[in-house]
Amino acid sequence: MTNTNKISAKDIISKVGTMMALIILCVILSVSTKNFLTFTNIMNIFKQASINCFISAGMLVVLITAGIDLSVGSNCVLAACVMGVLMQHNMKNPVVLIIVALLIGVACGYVNGLLLTKLHLPHPFVSTLGMKNVTLGLALIVTASTPIGFQNQGVDPVLWLGSKTIGGFPVSFIFVIIAFIIMHIFLTRSVLGRQIYCVGGNPEAARLSGINSGRVLRIVYTLSGFLTGIAAIILVGRVSSANANAGTTYDTDAIAACIIGGASFMGGKGTISGTLIGALLIAVIRNGLNLLGAQSDVQYVVIGLVIIFAVFIDVTREKMEARARLKATKL
Amino acid sequence: MVSEYIVELKNITKRFPGVVALRNMNLQIKPGEIHGLIGENGAGKSTLIKVLTGVYMAEEGEIWVDGKQRHFQSPEDSRDAGVACVYQELNIVKLLSITDNVFIGRGIKNKSGLLDYPAMHKEAKAALAQLGLDIDPRTQCAKIGMGLQQMVEIAKAIQLNAKMIIMDEPTSSLGEKEVDQLMDTVRKLKAKGVAVLFVSHKLEELFELCDRVTVMRDGEHIVTDDIKNMTNDSLINAMVGRSLDNLFPKEYGVKGEAALKVEHLEETGVIHDVSFEAYNGQILGFAGLVGAGRTETMRAIFGADHLDSGNIYVNGKKVKNRTPDEAIRNGIAFLTEDRKNQGLVLSQSVSTNLILASMKKFAKTSLIQGGKVKKSGEDMVNQLRIKTPSINEIVGQLSGGNQQKVVIGKWINADADVYIFDEPTRGIDVGAKIEVYNVMNSLVKQGKCVIMVSSELPEILGMSDRVIIMREGKVMGEIDRETDQFNQESIMKAAWGGKLA
Repeated sequence: MTNTNKISAKDIISKVGTMMALIILCVILSVSTKNFLTFTNIMNIFKQASINCFISAGMLVVLITAGIDLSVGSNCVLAACVMGVLMQHNMKNPVVLIIVALLIGVACGYVNGLLLTKLHLPHPFVSTLGMKNVTLGLALIVTASTPIGFQNQGVDPVLWLGSKTIGGFPVSFIFVIIAFIIMHIFLTRSVLGRQIYCVGGNPEAARLSGINSGRVLRIVYTLSGFLTGIAAIILVGRVSSANANAGTTYDTDAIAACIIGGASFMGGKGTISGTLIGALLIAVIRNGLNLLGAQSDVQYVVIGLVIIFAVFIDVTREKMEARARLKATKL
Repeated sequence: MVSEYIVELKNITKRFPGVVALRNMNLQIKPGEIHGLIGENGAGKSTLIKVLTGVYMAEEGEIWVDGKQRHFQSPEDSRDAGVACVYQELNIVKLLSITDNVFIGRGIKNKSGLLDYPAMHKEAKAALAQLGLDIDPRTQCAKIGMGLQQMVEIAKAIQLNAKMIIMDEPTSSLGEKEVDQLMDTVRKLKAKGVAVLFVSHKLEELFELCDRVTVMRDGEHIVTDDIKNMTNDSLINAMVGRSLDNLFPKEYGVKGEAALKVEHLEETGVIHDVSFEAYNGQILGFAGLVGAGRTETMRAIFGADHLDSGNIYVNGKKVKNRTPDEAIRNGIAFLTEDRKNQGLVLSQSVSTNLILASMKKFAKTSLIQGGKVKKSGEDMVNQLRIKTPSINEIVGQLSGGNQQKVVIGKWINADADVYIFDEPTRGIDVGAKIEVYNVMNSLVKQGKCVIMVSSELPEILGMSDRVIIMREGKVMGEIDRETDQFNQESIMKAAWGGKLA
C-alpha cells in the first residue's frame, strides 16, 4: 500500500511542480516589473491564453492517443478567414458565421481522422502535416492573402466571445474554464474518455477488447478540430481581423502547453489541469518578457528552453519513480 | 588457483519492480562442456541469460569468466570477455549479407578507414567453414532459412572467439533436419573447446546433447548434475517442485448444448475448411504445432481478422463477427496469447484494464461510475488473488502471472458465453498456472464453454474434455477424453500429419 501512496504523493509534487514554476515566475515578474501584478495585466494574460487553451485542450486529447495534430493553427486560421470572406460577401448573421467556423474546424479534424484510420497513413504526423499546408493554402486563397478587418462591419456579436469582458474578466477565459471543466469530466469519467487513454496506451489491446479504436481516433481528431473552431471565433474577436498568417505558432504553443503540463508523445498520459497550467505558463512568459521589453525573438528562445527543461524534468521524474519502485520491492 | 570453470556465477540476485527474478543464483560452466539449463517459463532463465550477456546488471553477486571477475556494464563488455549468445529471436538483419551480420557492430577496416570487405568475407567464410558450412558469405540473410540464419549467429560467436556460447531455445523454430544439423554444430563447438549453455524446454534434446544440466525454479538454483544421473521425472520434479498430478486440477462440468459451432471457416492461405463444435460445461483443447493455424482460427472467430467465408453459431444462433466488438456482444471472449501487446494497456491501472472489455456496463448515461468500478475491481482482485498493491497500480508493474489474471478478470467482467483462452499459461509461474486452471474449472462448472489453445501437451491432456488437433490450417482430428486415444502419442501423430486410427 505504501508503494502507491508514495507514488501518488509524487504525482502531486509533479503537478505542483509545474504550478510552482508558474507561481515563482509570477512572483519574480511581480517584483521586477511594476505592471505585471495589475488587474488589467492579469486579465490580459487570461485573454492572451484563451486561444492557446482551446487549441491545447484538443491537442491534449490527440497526444493522449499517442498522436499529434500539426494542422490546428492552419485550421483555426482557415475558419477565421472563411468567416471574414463570408462577411465580406454580406453574410452577416452571427449565428451562421459561428456555425460555419465550428463546421470548418470539425471538418478539418474529421478529415485528419479519416486520413489516419481509413487511408492508414503511417502516423498522424504525416496526415496533419499535409492538412496543415492544405488549410493554410486555402486560407491564403480565399482571402487573396489580404487580412480582413471585422470592425464596424455589423458583426459585433461574433466578436463578443473574443473581446467582451465581464467586470474586466474576459468572456473568452470564462469559456475556457467551462470548457476545461467539461473536458476534465469527459476525460476522467466518461466511457469515451477512458477509451481514449486506452487506445493511446495500446490500440491493439483496445481493439481486441471491443473498443472501436478507429472510431475513437476519428472522434479525437474531430474534437481537436471543433476546439480549433472555437479558437478561431475567439481569434477573430480578439484581433478584429482574419489573417491567414496569424497561426504560425499555434501548433507548437499547443504542443508545448500539453507537454509542459505532463502529456507525453508516447500517449496514454496527460491531464487537462496540467495543460491549463502549461498554457498559462507560456502566456505568462510571453507577457512577462513583453513587460521586460524583450522582443518576440527572445521570447522564442525562452519558450524553447522552457519546453526542453520541462520535458527533461518529466523524464528525470519518471526515472526516479522507477528507481523508487525498485527500492520499494527490495524491502 | 585456476578455476576449473570457464564461466561462473556466484550468488547472483536481480530484482525487478515487484519481483525477484534471480535469487542467489549459481551457475558453473566447464570449458568445452555442453551445459543444459532448464526451468519453467518464468523461472528466470531469460534474466540469467541477460545478466550473462550484460543486458542486465545484477544487484548482487559475482560473475567470473576465465578466472577473472567481471563487471558487465553492457553487452559489449560481455562480448569482449568471450560470452556470446544466440537468442531465440535471432538478431539477424535480414537485408544485409552474411558477412555484414557476422561483423555487425565491428568490421575490419583497411588503411583508409573503410570496411575491408575482402578480408571480412574471408573471415566469415572461415567461421562458417568451422561449422562445416560452405556458403557464399555475400548471400543476403533474407534468402537463407531460419536454420542457416542461426548458423550465421553461431559463426558470429566463433569469429569473436567466444569461450561460451549461450543458445536460448535454439531448436524452437527449426525443422527436424535443422535440429540435427544444430546438434552436430554444438558437438563441433564442444570439440573446439567452446562451452555451450543450452537452454531448452525439450528434455529429450538435453538427454541427447548435454554433459551436465542445471535446473532452476523461481529464480533460484535447484540442482546441477551430470545428465546421466538424471531422469525425465527427476528433471520435471526439480523444475516444478511438486509432482505432476497436482499440476492440473481438472474438474468436470456438465456437458451441455453446443455453445459455439463453426462451419467451413476459410481464410485464404491461413485456415482451410475449419469446422468444429464446442460445448457448454466443457473445456475444448486445441493442440497442434506452432503455426498450425489455431490462433488464426480463434482470431477469425473473434472478428480480429477477416474471414473469407464460413458460418459461426453461438448458442444455436447464427452470428457475424466482423469486429471484436461484435464478437463480444455475441458472447465471445478471447484471451490472446500475447498479453502485453494484445491483452492489456500496460500504462493504465489494474481497475481500468479490468473494465476494458465491459466499460458500458460500468457506466450510467456514458459516465463511468467510479464506486462501482472500485468495488468490482477490488472483488476481482480478491477473487482471482491478483497480487497488486492496489487496483490503481499500473498493470505494467505487475508480474506476468498477475497480469494474466487481470486479463482473465477483464473477460470475466465481459460475462461471455464462450471463453477462448489462447496459451493462457504462457510465461507465468506454476502457482499462477494452477489458479488459471481453476478459473477455467469454475467457468465450465457455471456451464460456460471454454476453448483452450495450448502448445503444451501436458496442459492439453491435463485440462481438456475434448481435443481438436490442427495442422497447416486444417482440422486433423478430434479426440475425446474418454477414449483411449487421449494421449500424447495420438495427438503428436495427428499434429505431424498422421491419421488417427
